[in-house]
Amino acid sequence: MNAPLPVSLAPAADAAAAAEPLVSLHGAAVHFGRTTALAGVDLTLRRGQRLALIGSNGSGKTTLLRLLHGLLPPSRGQRTLHRLAAEGRPPRMAMLFQRPFLMQLSVQRNLRLGLWLAGVPAAERAARSDEALHRVGLHDQAQRPAAALSGGQQQRLALARAWALRPDILFLDEPTASLDPAAKHEVESLVETLGRDGVTVVMSTHNLGQAKRLATHVAYLEAGRLVVQAPTDAFFGSTLPPAAAHFLRGENPWL
Amino acid sequence: MADSLALALQLITQADAQLLGIVALSLRVSLSACAVGALAGLALGAWLAVARFPGHQLLVWAVNTLLALPSVVVGLLVYLLLSRSGPLGSWGILFTPTAMVIAQSILVVPLIAALSRRLVADALAQGGDQLRSLGAGPLTAALLMLLHERLAVLTVLLTAFGRAVAEVGAVMIVGGNIAGVTRVMTTAIALETSKGDLPLALALGIVLLGVVGVIHGVIALLPMRDRGLREALA
Amino acid sequence: MALNPLTRRAAVALLALAGVAGPPAAHAQDRFIVMASTTSTEQSGLFGHLLPAFRQATGIDVRVVAVGTGQALDTARRGDADVLFVHDTAAEEKFVAEGFATKRQNVMYNDFVLVGPKADPAQVKGNDIAAALKKLAAGGRPFISRGDKSGTHAAELRLWKAAGIDMAAARPAGYQECGCGMGPALNIGSSSNAYVLTDRGTWLSFKNRGDLAILVEGDRTLFNQYGVMAVNPAKHPHVKAALAQQFVDWIVSPAGQAAITGFKIGGEQLFFANAGR
Repeated sequence: MNAPLPVSLAPAADAAAAAEPLVSLHGAAVHFGRTTALAGVDLTLRRGQRLALIGSNGSGKTTLLRLLHGLLPPSRGQRTLHRLAAEGRPPRMAMLFQRPFLMQLSVQRNLRLGLWLAGVPAAERAARSDEALHRVGLHDQAQRPAAALSGGQQQRLALARAWALRPDILFLDEPTASLDPAAKHEVESLVETLGRDGVTVVMSTHNLGQAKRLATHVAYLEAGRLVVQAPTDAFFGSTLPPAAAHFLRGENPWL
Repeated sequence: MADSLALALQLITQADAQLLGIVALSLRVSLSACAVGALAGLALGAWLAVARFPGHQLLVWAVNTLLALPSVVVGLLVYLLLSRSGPLGSWGILFTPTAMVIAQSILVVPLIAALSRRLVADALAQGGDQLRSLGAGPLTAALLMLLHERLAVLTVLLTAFGRAVAEVGAVMIVGGNIAGVTRVMTTAIALETSKGDLPLALALGIVLLGVVGVIHGVIALLPMRDRGLREALA
Repeated sequence: MALNPLTRRAAVALLALAGVAGPPAAHAQDRFIVMASTTSTEQSGLFGHLLPAFRQATGIDVRVVAVGTGQALDTARRGDADVLFVHDTAAEEKFVAEGFATKRQNVMYNDFVLVGPKADPAQVKGNDIAAALKKLAAGGRPFISRGDKSGTHAAELRLWKAAGIDMAAARPAGYQECGCGMGPALNIGSSSNAYVLTDRGTWLSFKNRGDLAILVEGDRTLFNQYGVMAVNPAKHPHVKAALAQQFVDWIVSPAGQAAITGFKIGGEQLFFANAGR
């Protein structure tokens, strides 16, 4: 249900040396008509990573996110979903968007709908939805219409909806871009908690401070190309490639 | 005009059995037609919003064109179908309320389909991706959008009901305007007009609008009592 | 979506109103026949008087579909009616010749009258319809014809022919066809002060007279004969032949004929029973 495409399940790579790979892209490109949104990307997402995608608008962050998730098929190249060694199944995915789409229903119903769409049996739905609501601190709002929630609360609800699915990978597309600082902080700490609990996170963001705080790895995109990918410390250290350096200073002159 | 208003009030307060029967039949036929039309029309509209087979644009064009189907033409087509000399003659339902429901259903399906297709397509443009990321297939997403936009869907159904209850061409031909059996408000108005009793015809028209007005009023007031919905609307 | 209790109750009430208001006389389900008749007979109120008497006598409900004579005959040809009650003897005889009915019988007659503006600019008042029509044609006076292949329309055309005016060759100036029923034609006539040929029954119950009044009546050629026919089961096996025959038998019987004679508007008799004559 998460991956509508035929999926090739390659065996997990050497698990001892590096964390097991979950999704690999080889020379993957995405074209929309004549426009190239993403050109020839090679990337392997590994378990336990918290990957931040940074770049200006139109650089291909959203497209890369959707490609990794499986919402979009590659126009060229390959996307490989690897079987999880321990669980013996492909990884489960969930995605959060900048402005979450919530149905005109109560908070609780929205959650349960998400579980229903994922094929979770009725008996479990109530329990998992309650658990998720408690986790994000929205349990007292369960009966309220989702539309009545504040921006930050709505994003937390979306997080709860994603979390209730027990995903192995959580994708987030600029999840805090439209939130005020307080709400931003709430969502960030939840993402951090999820990461610590073992969920692999891929997040696109404008906010370099956020990337620095939350990510283990960073990837920089420019005009549809994946220019640089490195562990966070290395990325924000002194050895910045010139192209990335230019962007970073533009965004944060004090770097 | 003032005579008609007074006459209308008189008709309503007297609540003559014959008039009540005519009003009840109008409502019964048109509400049934809208129920049938809703099932078929909403399904068709949702499907058209997500369908991508070759020729689906042609189908959309056809549905939109059928919005202008004159009610008398629908009546004629259904008459030819249900006539004893027609393909479905053995059903024996010509000149009965059932035939009238069939004709009015055909009349409202394009309306409901065209409008619901638009509102589903617009809603999917907003949140279709997210529903897909949650695992919804295209048709499931379309149907969920009907649930999501249920107030807009209600307006579509009210529009369809208005079209049905106000039409006279179809029910006149397939019903025959038989007193006590297939006479509805609009055919009664047509009859009184052709008899030259214009004040009565107008009065009946006022009564028709009054009845529909009451229905709409009730529907409009209900959400006000439901605090949750009012919060959501605020 | 949760329906709060009030919404739920309202929905149930609406559905109940829709479902419960079933067709009246549901108990008389099968004992009914469909009669194709003309708008003039229905609108005069004759059926409101006649049919209850018939139901009283036989327990049979008659469902009247009132359209123009041409359409009524057509309806019967298609097998959608069990019995016919129209006023166009020539067309009825053709119907019998085609085999759709085994025979036609006289039931009653009424008469046509020529109505027009009280001031009567064409000076047609009297009891000679042929002379009146000649004057209308010569003077190019406004005249409203039904033009709808009804019995009335057929009679009107016969009268013009008898007056020596050939409609096919040249329409008199002022002659207009509305393709409509008697009531609407009178509506047009009353609003444009024109002359109209109408049956007395419709005229007596017509309320929107404006400035019109009866100008020509009593001419023998203005008499309008009504006939009744049961649709032939040989052509349409499904028709309720036995019930239809009961109606035919009753309407020409003394009881039916008396009911016709007893129908009056404002003390005036509209239809004159003449079965068997």
